[in-house]
Amino acid sequence: MATVHNVDVVIVGAGGAGLRAAIEIPQGYTCAVLTKVYPSRSHTGTAQGGVCAALGNEEYDEPIWHIYDTVKGSDYLGDQDAIEIMCNDAPRAIIELEHMGMPFSRTPEGKIAQRRFGGHTKNFGEAPVRRACYSADRTGHVMQHTLFENCIKNGVKFFSEYHVTDLLIRDGRCLGVVAIEIANSEVHVFHARAVMLATGGYGRAFRITSNAHVGTGDGMFFAWRNGVPLEDMEFVQFHPTGLWKLGILVSEAARGEGGVLRNVTGERFMERYAPTVKDLAPRDMVSRAIITEIREGRGIKAPDGTEFMYLDLTHLGKEVINTKLPEITGFARTYLGVEPTTEPIPITPTTHYAMGGIPTDYDAQVLADHKGKLIQGLYAAGECACVSVHGANRLGTNSLLDIIVFGRRGGKAIAAYLKDADWAKLPADRDAPTRERLARFMKGGGKESAAKLRGELQDVMMDDCGVFRTEEGLKRAIAKVRELSERYKEVTVRDDSPVFNTDLIEVFELESLLGVADSITASALNRTESRGAHNREDHPERDDDKWLKHTFIAYHPEGRHEIAYKSVNLKLWKEDGDEEHFKPKPRVY
Amino acid sequence: MQVTFRIQRFDPKKHPIPFFQKFVVEDAHPTDRVLDILHRIKWEQDGSLAFRRSCAHGICGSCGMRINNRNMLACSTLLQDLRYRKPVKLEPLPGMPVLKDLVVDMTSFYRKYEAVKPYLVTKTSPPEKERLQSNEDAEKLFEAAKCILCGCCTTACPSTWTNDDFLGPAALLKAYRYVFDTRDEAADERLDIIDSPNGIWRCRTVFNCVEACPKDIDITGHLSELKRACVAREL
Repeated sequence: MATVHNVDVVIVGAGGAGLRAAIEIPQGYTCAVLTKVYPSRSHTGTAQGGVCAALGNEEYDEPIWHIYDTVKGSDYLGDQDAIEIMCNDAPRAIIELEHMGMPFSRTPEGKIAQRRFGGHTKNFGEAPVRRACYSADRTGHVMQHTLFENCIKNGVKFFSEYHVTDLLIRDGRCLGVVAIEIANSEVHVFHARAVMLATGGYGRAFRITSNAHVGTGDGMFFAWRNGVPLEDMEFVQFHPTGLWKLGILVSEAARGEGGVLRNVTGERFMERYAPTVKDLAPRDMVSRAIITEIREGRGIKAPDGTEFMYLDLTHLGKEVINTKLPEITGFARTYLGVEPTTEPIPITPTTHYAMGGIPTDYDAQVLADHKGKLIQGLYAAGECACVSVHGANRLGTNSLLDIIVFGRRGGKAIAAYLKDADWAKLPADRDAPTRERLARFMKGGGKESAAKLRGELQDVMMDDCGVFRTEEGLKRAIAKVRELSERYKEVTVRDDSPVFNTDLIEVFELESLLGVADSITASALNRTESRGAHNREDHPERDDDKWLKHTFIAYHPEGRHEIAYKSVNLKLWKEDGDEEHFKPKPRVY
Repeated sequence: MQVTFRIQRFDPKKHPIPFFQKFVVEDAHPTDRVLDILHRIKWEQDGSLAFRRSCAHGICGSCGMRINNRNMLACSTLLQDLRYRKPVKLEPLPGMPVLKDLVVDMTSFYRKYEAVKPYLVTKTSPPEKERLQSNEDAEKLFEAAKCILCGCCTTACPSTWTNDDFLGPAALLKAYRYVFDTRDEAADERLDIIDSPNGIWRCRTVFNCVEACPKDIDITGHLSELKRACVAREL
């Protein structure tokens, strides 16, 4: 018999968005935060470079320029009303974090220090601007700890090392979640009036990724299999600078502090691809530039046959490297034996961020369809959600901002909802799907292994759904995902113990990865244009007439997923009349 | 090249008496992380091997374990950092109840962390903008704020082994991070908490924590400043 917990609100995921939402729930309500790892381990903690706002602490800045940069950075697919809300709220949100105790690097006057970052400019694209607030190069780490410590202060209740296996939605209303307690494999049902998904991204669907092992797209998968459409799944960000072969993130902050990319001839090749901002061009452009340089024979060859580019920090000086970029220089030394003060760092693009995800309005309420109908009692925030503020490509430092802005808005929306919301009855079969899968997995003797299938998935996604895509490659990827999903039916655990069974958790996570990969590949094949991070070699141009719209893809068995479209909100152009800045133009830097 | 790992196994239901199991892994490279080898063992040889991990690059603090008798992060230790031509010994962090294999029960560690009031406490209202703090003051707490709560320090400390109630290096370091944050207004409250026999005074300056810390934090040095602060209150 599963234990049933009755709580007013369940938050799944204890990264920045989940924690910020939890802080917003008033004391009078019961709130449970479920997380598959101890909260301080969440992936927000790995973010490095910074969190941005037009504070103007180091040079004059305006929110409208931040809005412009984000809209343009999104390749005009971002919803302008949501972007306006986020960028206008940014200064307040960051000052609030500082008041909560977050340690920041400081200017000589004692204000929060800010540095340059990719795609962030002053005066509508004139030159890079210092907008990224930072704490050395471990901004995410200190933000995650600050938010967790504020939760401790507020007495937030955590269910740590609980792995959610199912989302309960009936008749357009969310009733709660089902989870497995990792310590003993017991099933728990959380009956709630409101549920927020804050489960992050899906980087582990790809061979080379900056994502932690927890990045398996669980929340997106639960929504998908429960009939909630996913939005803009084709837009996968490949961060240009991951450590060669390992994929470990080398923050854009390195380029913000003056680092440059060089090819085999030592040329600073970004001067050709983005004459104005050069190495601080948006990530999708830099990743494509790197792959293009490699394809055209200007990559540096490694002994194992793979190729990479160099990130050169040697001219920055020991002071800057050791005080402002200590973590990433630590990675270079530890993992590649490279000394950044005297040697360039080998890097290649790494799967980094999901621009798409669970569609929401700008108060984190989940949409049931492309027309804007809401699922009652279901919310989503952070990387797993799609508002959309990042459109087809996300600017650096905008994700740490996204999670605190929309995590807070979601928390407030939940608090308002709880005032009048009633309790819906739990269905009798609420934990049946979880128990069925649990029994099937734990039976053992399956002829397929999760590790093998996952490896095959990661290879096809990296090779055929990566930086450059073709119709042929995507069809191959779709067929492969379908084949793996069939073979998944033969997967069982290799560990039959009920105690801390991480093998069992990996089997559940593989289900999430396959579902998410399905939605990504199908969406990518469907969009016959190139925009932002989605690049089709067979459709290399952006086509606003036909494709200035969001993809909504809904699960259908046998892969006949339903695709619908939602128009992009163009408020600043159409309603506010600023055509010069907010009407889609060719994206050049 | 070939590498041999001797890993302590334990499962309260299946193997209630801990034992060492030997695994041989072919085609390893000196630059492989210990975590990479653990994954290969789990995925290729024995799926029941249990260990915690997440970020795999030294920030999340999940994979602390005892490797060849020293507490380290499995993800930040390369084979070439060890004498890998002999079998590498892996055990869970010492002194903590073992849940399974390399997974320990961190409850008491987290409890001690929460006991020092690890959050900013202010009595005066905040200003409209950010509280000002000089870069010098900010950097004073940067080293302590680097802590990833991996537990390598506290579980390497002999004072912790002999006394379950000792707050331990990590919790005390967290107290430092707030006591010396110029924005915090509860230094006295926190010093009251740690100025006790099982608080700062059980630190015997053994320095095991400094040796163990994967983030190279001078923990004992920070704790010494806390001792000075406690004494200064008396004078």
